[in-house]
Amino acid sequence: MKIAVLIKQTFDTEAKIVVKEGKVDPSGVNVIINPYDEFAIEEALRIKEKVGGEVVVFSAGSDKVTESLRKALAMGADRAVRVELDGVAVDEGVVAEALAKALGEGNFDLVLTGWLAIDDRSAQVGVRVAEILNLSQINMVTQLELADGKLTGSREIEGGMEVVEVPLPALITAQRGLNEPRYPSMKGIMQAKKKELKVVNASDLNISAQPKVEVKDVFLPKAKEAGKIYKDDMAAAVSALVKALREEAKVI
Amino acid sequence: MAKVWVVLEAQDQKIKKVSYEMIGLAKQLGDVEAVLLGSGVSSLAQEAGEYGVSKVFVADCAELKDYTTAKYTRVLADLIQKEKPEIVLVANTSQGRDFAPRVAQRIGAGQISDVMDYQEGQFIRPVYSGKAFFKVSPCACPAIVTVRPNVFPAAEKCGGSCLVEEVAASFSADDLKAIVKEVVKQVSTRPELTEANIIVSGGRGMKGPENFAILEEMADVLGAAVGASRAAVDSGWRHHSFQVGQTGKTVSPSLYIACGISGAIQHLAGMGSSKVIVAINKDPEANIFKVADYGIVGDLFEVVPMLTAEFKKLLS
Repeated sequence: MKIAVLIKQTFDTEAKIVVKEGKVDPSGVNVIINPYDEFAIEEALRIKEKVGGEVVVFSAGSDKVTESLRKALAMGADRAVRVELDGVAVDEGVVAEALAKALGEGNFDLVLTGWLAIDDRSAQVGVRVAEILNLSQINMVTQLELADGKLTGSREIEGGMEVVEVPLPALITAQRGLNEPRYPSMKGIMQAKKKELKVVNASDLNISAQPKVEVKDVFLPKAKEAGKIYKDDMAAAVSALVKALREEAKVI
Repeated sequence: MAKVWVVLEAQDQKIKKVSYEMIGLAKQLGDVEAVLLGSGVSSLAQEAGEYGVSKVFVADCAELKDYTTAKYTRVLADLIQKEKPEIVLVANTSQGRDFAPRVAQRIGAGQISDVMDYQEGQFIRPVYSGKAFFKVSPCACPAIVTVRPNVFPAAEKCGGSCLVEEVAASFSADDLKAIVKEVVKQVSTRPELTEANIIVSGGRGMKGPENFAILEEMADVLGAAVGASRAAVDSGWRHHSFQVGQTGKTVSPSLYIACGISGAIQHLAGMGSSKVIVAINKDPEANIFKVADYGIVGDLFEVVPMLTAEFKKLLS
């Protein structure tokens, strides 16, 4: 089984966001593998451990992304590909085409990725890659089974769960609940240093897409005014709160 | 005026609330037309006319009874290419966010995801879990915009009727490869988290799974959903599908009551856009009080039952 995993490097979940000259300032921020993409890596490794094959990790970005690809290799992926997008104006469609072209000749049976990246929250690139490569898809999967060349995935829907079966080749996006990602072992970290990490330049991929959406501005939410805090006499606090919710906030 | 489409979402033969919210937004953008896909849904189309939609395209056939990505993508992409709307609004739900990027990619369109506001020709969407916002404009037509439920005011009923145009759907063998094996509905009398108007949520301060009963009781008095923080989910007290936060659900109810939740950034990311936030926590320094509109510093095991009793009095 040939498995590709698409990962994105994102800010740490605790990172403070600073806007500088109309852009989010990345300086001094800790970076991590997007948590949903970690579920995808873990699932790929589990499938490989069961049926054999190869796990190749892809990420689009600058040299800084190398660190995240090495971590994926340390978790157990076999090799990695970084798509250098330096100088390319991107939106989700452009990134998807770059990744799809990098995946292109690989003849992957299965592509895994997170359903959303916690930074820009677009939740588009994985699905767009599936469309470009004409793969079936199951989105936001919390449970996955592989049997007889078919994938059966459970996915969350409003108020329940849907079980969908698709033939291979397919793309799966991972949702929390799919698995618990492993930590790289010391041995894994040592081995990762020797594993192949290839860099592909966007200029060699003949990307035809142009950005179709444009971010005009970034702003931080307004600081909230201090709320009304009740304490000490609980009976008085409760009745004051209920009164405020009814008459002032008008929400009940 | 721009031609703006709303992809109506229906469930159990009813048009969902988010569809009316999208019609409300669409009216700010141009002339509103709508699309409805499903099996046995034709009778619902006329309803949209009463909310100011001039025309509804309906694809009603047995193949569309179960939602699958490929079938919806086929019908919508073909229709958009034929009718050429400038903007297509799709609900940011498990269904909408599944097909929207696929349709966008097929027709060569851009997509603006999870929009929460529209100001001066720009769509506003949260990034970094609501720690910042992007103002985004499409620079090509058509553009697909996915709309967060529970944020935009629903269109008001204004009478009137609409043209209904039946659309013949045809599928390739590839479109029919995915099979829906099973749909499991949670048997719950409570609303779904992302659709709920009121949410009562518990965190580490709940001390154990059994104590969520007091939140459920309050929720049932208010017609609310019950959520949980990551701490409560990681402790195994609640299923992860009830988690509100950065790696859980993003919710925007009118009222969010946080009980025993400290207010870690990761939680605020999921509920910060709630209209009114109430915090109940015994630690006066808890971060949650910084975002709360109202708060009670006290023991939730004392406060919650009192609050439930008070709500009961008021609402009965």
